Amino acid sequence: MTRYLGDVAALARKDLRLELRARDTLPAMLLFVLSTLVVFHFALPADAGDDAAYGLLWVALVFTSLLGLARAWVPEREAGALDGLVLAPTDRSAIWLGKTLAALAFLGAAEIVALPAFTVFFAPLDASAIAGVVLSSIGICAVGSLVSAMAAASRGREVLLPLVFLPLAIPIVVGGVGASISEDPGQFLAFLGLYDAVFAILSWAAFEYVVTE
Amino acid sequence: MSITKPSLPFLAALAVALAALAVGMIFFVAPEDVDQGLTQKIFYVHVPIALTAYACFGLAAWKAFRLLTTRGGGYDLESYTGVHQGTIFGALTLVTGSIWAKASWGVWWTWSSNQLVLFLVLFLFYCAYFMLRFSIEPGPRRERISAVYALFGVALVPVSFLAIRLASDFIHPTVFTREGPQMTGEMFAAFCSSWAAITLLAYVMYRAELAGKRTDANLRELREALAQ
Repeated sequence: MTRYLGDVAALARKDLRLELRARDTLPAMLLFVLSTLVVFHFALPADAGDDAAYGLLWVALVFTSLLGLARAWVPEREAGALDGLVLAPTDRSAIWLGKTLAALAFLGAAEIVALPAFTVFFAPLDASAIAGVVLSSIGICAVGSLVSAMAAASRGREVLLPLVFLPLAIPIVVGGVGASISEDPGQFLAFLGLYDAVFAILSWAAFEYVVTE
Repeated sequence: MSITKPSLPFLAALAVALAALAVGMIFFVAPEDVDQGLTQKIFYVHVPIALTAYACFGLAAWKAFRLLTTRGGGYDLESYTGVHQGTIFGALTLVTGSIWAKASWGVWWTWSSNQLVLFLVLFLFYCAYFMLRFSIEPGPRRERISAVYALFGVALVPVSFLAIRLASDFIHPTVFTREGPQMTGEMFAAFCSSWAAITLLAYVMYRAELAGKRTDANLRELREALAQ
């Protein structure tokens, strides 16, 4: 068990170190989420309420995560490193978990900038909205790192990822928007927790089949 | 002990006969709905088609699960055909549901009909299945990725349903409640005959498509063997 966690930590650390050296993903995500918020300001009519802005926050977060996920498997693919990882004497699900944690770190960093920017530009966020963001980020990264591995195996990878990912992300958006605007956010947070559990287990179990030749 | 499967032409004829029976039951046996009149008759087509679509997706996921657990051949085409049939019936559900919505609520589309929205999500999800499948090189890897995706589909159905239910109010008529079906005996009989006809039709289509796909795959193998 500790070995497994050690492998996961090593894999996640590898991604973070690569990002620190190359700075490929995170600056793009930060800039993208800020630009989206500005675009949304002009897309919303002047008398639109806060509820519309909360809805758009979720659009911004999902699309920003897509930007990060599209690049998630690029280093592995370019140098053929995935073959090495698959051959490594570790459980293959550790590769998925490491990638999920790294993606979560990137998305979390983007949110640390995006959420304050959202409160400044649009409307305040309460504790349940932030809990919704945390829970849905876990779901987005768990599912996203699996489907982006699927898309990376295909020819049309950049095009395919949003097509495959967005239908799976619809429940996350429902839960997240509900948690931010509903009078009774508890059920939406519970739903997000359920989604995370179901799809994390499924992705964890299925990852092996996606990467092995 | 092995049971030979009934032949495809026989099943097809049976499906046609059942469909004729179902049409007769729908129009002559089942009483007309007090509220909606004749337009309610589409219920006998719409709901069985939707249930058949679920059955096809379920079958596809089951075959996908078998593929992943046994690594056996043959399941890939079965799972793919299941998804294909499910998508066809899912599209039909959207069309018939949309017609019914226009007739009874006056709009072609309503976001407050949970089932319709769910089918739209599923339709998008399974359309992406084809995009994904056909952009991966044929081989065991494609089979496994397609299988994992088909398995995700059955997890997405209940989760999306819950999500959509949380997100909306209810104007979709709920016919099946915990107290059993809320319809008269004749209506239920007409519904069941229609359901049987459409399920059998789906099965016939599934078998026919599978036979075609298998012949295609065998032919390709033979050609490759010849070319060597």
